[in-house]
Amino acid sequence: MAETNVKNLRKWLETDTPQSRTQAKLSQLFTSWLDLKSNKLAMIGFSVIFALIVTALFAPILAPHDPYAQDLAKRLQPPLTEGYFLGSDELGRDILSRLIYGASTTLYIVFLVTISAPIMGLLVGTAAGYIGGWTDAILMRLTDIFLAFPKLILALAFVAALGAGIENAVLAIALTAWPPYARLARAETITIRNSDFIAAIKLQGASPLRIITGHIWPLCISSLIVRVTLDMAGIILTAAGLGFLGLGAQPPLAEWGAMISSGRKFILDYWWVSTMPGLAIFIVSLGFNLLGDGLRDVLDPRRQKL
Amino acid sequence: MTALLTVEDLWVRFQTRNRLVEAVRGISFSVGRERIGIVGESGSGKSMTGRAILGLVQQPGIIQAKRIDFKGRDLTALSNRELRAIRGQHISMIMQDPKYSLNPVIKVGDQIAESFRLHHRSSRTDAKAKTLEMLKEVQIADPERVFNTYPHELSGGMGQRVMIAMMLIPDPEILIADEPTSALDVTVQKRVLEIMDKLVTDRGMGLIFISHDLNLVSSFCDRILIMYGGRIIETCLAKDLHKTTHPYTRGLLNSLPSLQNPTEKLHILNRDPRWKEEPSVNAIREDTNV
Amino acid sequence: MQLEKIQMFEANNLNVWFGAGADRFHAVKKASFSISQGESFGLVGESGSGKSTILKAITGLAENWTGRLTVDGEDLGQKRDRDFYSKVQMVFQDPYASLHPRHTVDRCLSEPLRMRNASNIDARINQSLLEVGLDPTYRFRYPHQLSGGQRQRVAIARTLIQDAKFLLLDEPTSALDVSVQAEILNLLNDIKKQKGLTYLLVSHDLAVVSHMCDRIAIMQSGKIVETIDKKMLQTATTKTDYAAALISASYGFKREIV
Repeated sequence: MAETNVKNLRKWLETDTPQSRTQAKLSQLFTSWLDLKSNKLAMIGFSVIFALIVTALFAPILAPHDPYAQDLAKRLQPPLTEGYFLGSDELGRDILSRLIYGASTTLYIVFLVTISAPIMGLLVGTAAGYIGGWTDAILMRLTDIFLAFPKLILALAFVAALGAGIENAVLAIALTAWPPYARLARAETITIRNSDFIAAIKLQGASPLRIITGHIWPLCISSLIVRVTLDMAGIILTAAGLGFLGLGAQPPLAEWGAMISSGRKFILDYWWVSTMPGLAIFIVSLGFNLLGDGLRDVLDPRRQKL
Repeated sequence: MTALLTVEDLWVRFQTRNRLVEAVRGISFSVGRERIGIVGESGSGKSMTGRAILGLVQQPGIIQAKRIDFKGRDLTALSNRELRAIRGQHISMIMQDPKYSLNPVIKVGDQIAESFRLHHRSSRTDAKAKTLEMLKEVQIADPERVFNTYPHELSGGMGQRVMIAMMLIPDPEILIADEPTSALDVTVQKRVLEIMDKLVTDRGMGLIFISHDLNLVSSFCDRILIMYGGRIIETCLAKDLHKTTHPYTRGLLNSLPSLQNPTEKLHILNRDPRWKEEPSVNAIREDTNV
Repeated sequence: MQLEKIQMFEANNLNVWFGAGADRFHAVKKASFSISQGESFGLVGESGSGKSTILKAITGLAENWTGRLTVDGEDLGQKRDRDFYSKVQMVFQDPYASLHPRHTVDRCLSEPLRMRNASNIDARINQSLLEVGLDPTYRFRYPHQLSGGQRQRVAIARTLIQDAKFLLLDEPTSALDVSVQAEILNLLNDIKKQKGLTYLLVSHDLAVVSHMCDRIAIMQSGKIVETIDKKMLQTATTKTDYAAALISASYGFKREIV
């Protein structure tokens, strides 16, 4: 019974002649999904990210201990000790639990940067690319100014001005991360704006706003998505770096970068305190990279559809 | 006259994730020191055929044939290295748009000279001399000046003439021309065709002329192969084209608007699904007399 | 039949330039011609002749022009308004580039209607699809799921759904197979008769132009060299050398075929 339902759904999604807007859209997404699925490396990346999201969402259920619970008697236990699968840190807290809760922090940072930087870049880039002239010149110079700021120095400046904390660190990262997206969106817009289909919609009397939002954005979005997933590794590392410097998440918050930092002192004798969060960062960054590569292949409009 | 090239049972297949696309489905034909025209619409497999002869089909395409015999050697049995020795030197190819087939950052003269030196041991000065000679043969009035230009500085017709020079300088026996004049203006087309005509005749080459333009091919070539759905659906002598009986060819001829025979409504081709299932017509001629 | 010919379009001493300063290029030189309502007018020339530039000037996509352009009695200025867009529409050459790759056929056809707050959008979409010979089941397909001929039909439907009366056709069949070209040309002629449309057809193909058009202007290097009618084209009775050369070249190697 359930099998035929799945079969029908699949047939509905694979149809050649969609009968409604929803069916058309879902059918396209399904085809893209199948494309992505055939790329083994991309699926590995996808699973890693999926695991990250699940871990972050179900942290309280998955973590064996309270990430803040200290037990000085059990400090610096090696991995595979009873009850401490990945060992414990210098305050006796379970590293595994802190990694799991750290996943939410990482995801939080990723989410904040993703919704701010690319969107900001899209707005600036498409406006500059489409309108041209003085608007283009001014917006691009603005982009250049922000591009010139080094992330860490800006973060330090923010911390000095506004105090330390994750949100400020994220703000610093986002403010320096958006310029490349603006450049990317502008380049795409310049290519697209001379197309016949843009000429056609202009000939219907469409306003620049309608053209930019309805016709240019849908075409820029794929390259931005790809770029963001590939940048994700760098963003996580930067956040970790800020955490390492004590500028991001403040103790006792579990954040992978901060965890690496606090484990520095023991790195020779109690290597697991720094290495475990380091591995976590490595795996998640790799996951984003693999997924980004796979998405680029799937979303590239020039791909031959044989 | 024996055939220079004999292709037997050529297949070109592309296997993708969920389907198998058969671009060329078991065709056989031969080319002697004559001009063969391969005509078809898009998707007929005509361009793929030209590329398959030279082994230039991109991944994931697979070429299979009973034999592709060139002067006694089976091209399907050759290694990549041996095939490279054949390409350019013995069998050359001109494509549609010189903008895409010429290297945009190298001077035109250097590209032609390189083409020569790839297949003949010669000094730079000799190669340059040969290049200038070749440019004169394609009726370029100022060979020295054109030698030093870049592809983007040339008009369409000039670019195509440069392509012809580049492809004919190693003195190949067969030239494959894939829509060589489709991107050119009508008056320029005429001139380029005249140049090709002269060169092919003078050198006694075999020519495979691939095009969608039935009228053009029939007036330029000796024999015509009409392809549809990856198969040769009909073959005839060029002068007998207007006597054709196959409904597809007839339909194509009739659906063309004509300056001399105007009609109220253009004839619509009704595609009979059975045409795709007809066996490919064998166009191997052992005794090509031109 | 009409008692008096109403001019749908008139170009008077049109000059168009591209670029500025030293790079300025004079693309169209003193072009003058007129088209009556219900007529099919052809602009023929080779590349660089300026024929497509005239279309750009009409649609407002050329910035630097002088002269007078009149559509349905109204002179055109630098900008085009809603009124203009409801009368004049264009079909582009490349069917693979004139439809937005991420929009369905439905979106493509409904957008112009929604911009005007039109009613009855569903019915009008279905009707325009039928008018161009497309099955309504194609309504939610994306362009990459359509053949070249089908895309061109959608492009034509896009002009019809806006009730345009004057259609600019920029090499509408150059990128199509011969058999598909025949279908599209027949379609264009059919709807022209049904709806009393006026066509300005730009092409390099003399055979197509002679089939479709009543009168033809031959252009070379930006100038209109000669204006002839269908009969003169078919019998090759032209006045200028260039026109004769063009006609003979289009036979070219085709001389043997009758």
